[in-house]
Amino acid sequence: MKGMTTRQKVGWSVITIVVLVYTLGPLVSILMTSFKASGDLTTGRFLPTRFVLDNYEQIFAGSARDLFLPALRNSIGITLIATVVAVVLATLCAYAIARLDFPGKRLVLVSALGVSMFPVISIVTPLFNLWRTIGLYDTWPGLIIPYLSLTLPISIYTLAAYFQQIPWDLERAAQVDGATSFEAFRKVIVPLALPGVFTTAIIAFFIAWNDFVYGISLTSTSAARPVPAALAFFTGASQFEEPTGAISAAAIIVTIPIVIIVVLFQRQIVSGLTQGAVKG
Amino acid sequence: MATIEIQNLVKRYDDGFPAVNDVSLDIADGEFVILVGPSGCGKSTLLRMIVGLEDITEGELRIDGKRVNESAPRDRDLAMVFQNYALYPHLSVYDNIAFPMRLSKNKLPEDEIDRRVRRASSMLGLDEHLERKPGNLSGGQRQRVAMGRAIVREADAFLFDEPLSNLDAKLRGQMRTQIAQLQRRLGITSVYVTHDQTEAMTLGDRVAVLKKGRLQQVASPRELYEQPANLFVAGFIGSPSMNFLPAREENGHLRTPIGDLTAPEHVLEAARGRDLVLLGVRPEHFEDLEFVDEALLPHGTELAVTPTHTEWLGNEQYGYIDYEKDPEVGEVLDELARDLDQDEIPPQVVVTLSSASRIRGGIESRIWVDTRKVHVFDVATGENLTRDEEKGAELTRRAAEDRQREIETAAALED
Repeated sequence: MKGMTTRQKVGWSVITIVVLVYTLGPLVSILMTSFKASGDLTTGRFLPTRFVLDNYEQIFAGSARDLFLPALRNSIGITLIATVVAVVLATLCAYAIARLDFPGKRLVLVSALGVSMFPVISIVTPLFNLWRTIGLYDTWPGLIIPYLSLTLPISIYTLAAYFQQIPWDLERAAQVDGATSFEAFRKVIVPLALPGVFTTAIIAFFIAWNDFVYGISLTSTSAARPVPAALAFFTGASQFEEPTGAISAAAIIVTIPIVIIVVLFQRQIVSGLTQGAVKG
Repeated sequence: MATIEIQNLVKRYDDGFPAVNDVSLDIADGEFVILVGPSGCGKSTLLRMIVGLEDITEGELRIDGKRVNESAPRDRDLAMVFQNYALYPHLSVYDNIAFPMRLSKNKLPEDEIDRRVRRASSMLGLDEHLERKPGNLSGGQRQRVAMGRAIVREADAFLFDEPLSNLDAKLRGQMRTQIAQLQRRLGITSVYVTHDQTEAMTLGDRVAVLKKGRLQQVASPRELYEQPANLFVAGFIGSPSMNFLPAREENGHLRTPIGDLTAPEHVLEAARGRDLVLLGVRPEHFEDLEFVDEALLPHGTELAVTPTHTEWLGNEQYGYIDYEKDPEVGEVLDELARDLDQDEIPPQVVVTLSSASRIRGGIESRIWVDTRKVHVFDVATGENLTRDEEKGAELTRRAAEDRQREIETAAALED
């Protein structure tokens, strides 16, 4: 914050605080709600009158257990597989786009963009029918495949931009040194592109993890139903009780992997890794 | 160790532009050949064609007698130092140098790798830096790492693509010496691309001068300097560059804008029968009359000139003499300037004077020019009409002998 007047500092601080409150406010509210006892939910107060773990107990051991735990397992599994597949495919594809001149290159880019723009809700009904016919309905692959259609375009775009920043001479040097194209890719390009790969992985993970429309439409049992969809099936202890507390607790639980992933990968997302490769 | 034979190589881009046009060049085993020329002359493209990073449109490239036109870079077994070094930023200096030996193609056992890396690093003075990353090194150190990576391969030949152009002047001088010694020591065939004529002259056994994709002349630095094939080579080699004066032969004299010159018969002969020629005189062939040896006087001509200004440099000084522009050669000189990457060639003669000379700007002074060494160029073709093939070949032959001796001495020292 060098070179700023006090006025500017104050101004920026205010903006930062407003943004933080705006984005984190709802999260904190959910966190507080998750600690409330069921009678406490309708008081309209921000803080619980008494901190209780009833809701967490309910989703891990109580009535919502059979709904939540399989859903959590499905979410983690499906999202991880979708992310890994998306990143691997996108890395290869983006490398080709950034480095090679092949017929149909524009077509790949344009169709990737087109796919990512297509509204999810409009394809979900035909997909539902198709999946039922070919037996992918309510299975893991039945979700992984649509998730790839969401994550691949953005991954390809991000990574292609990243690859283009890597000096081409590095690859040429590797080739002259005796590397095959694949060796040059694996030993030189991939390590340098790692920050980009991690960034892409995080984005892809978020997209798949947060999906609701596919999750609720293409599953019917706990065989493949992910958490966001499962939350909709939570019920209260009785017919007259809202499952708000349990949903809040589940929402907090599903946020944790995201936080862990960001913290883990953040260290990898260091800029300036290509520093010193070439004169510049 | 290998010979490189380049036969009628052509590189034509999709738009039909020939970046390299019908270049033929034979590089002997252990020879240090420089490709030099102004930017855009195709020298880097030619180098990339040799190493395999550019496709060859026409012609044939043979390494050790074997056609390699279609081989991938990795199959040609050449080592290259890139202009921007192209070090792998995620690897330490040690791993950068070891990189080629860890690839499946020329995989070596780790202890052999270690031995070679250590040898290269001690040769290049990189011992304390082996664990550092390229990002933390200075330009000169990065340059040496790039060299180390090329050395350890023990490849058939070294290719250098303007390796010193990113260094400052002082470091460039040091690295130049280091490269020259290294090449002699390893006795490895080398091709070196540069636009810097000092590098070309000091490093090369032979220098190939290129202009717009075409080879102008291949010869030892001395032959290029003393017996240039044409106007372009004459203007490109030498600093300050050769002076070009419009001249007409009249009654056994050469009439030039700075005065009439008497000249030896072979010079007059060349100029005779042509309406106008360009006279090429190197600055050092002028001298302050006062400092010319009595015995030399008959070999040249005295001139009375008024320099516009002089520059004293310690070991010598330069005098600048303006003359009336001759419209008939204006176009030729403008084109030459464009070819040489300059804005224009001013109607000005640069003369080298003794540092003790008291000739100063604005005062009429007497200077002397050695007319034995002037060259006569055809205005239309730029061809050197006074070029002595025999003498030039002799110079290059002698350079080859010197090189052989140097290599033998270096080898003897090594043992």
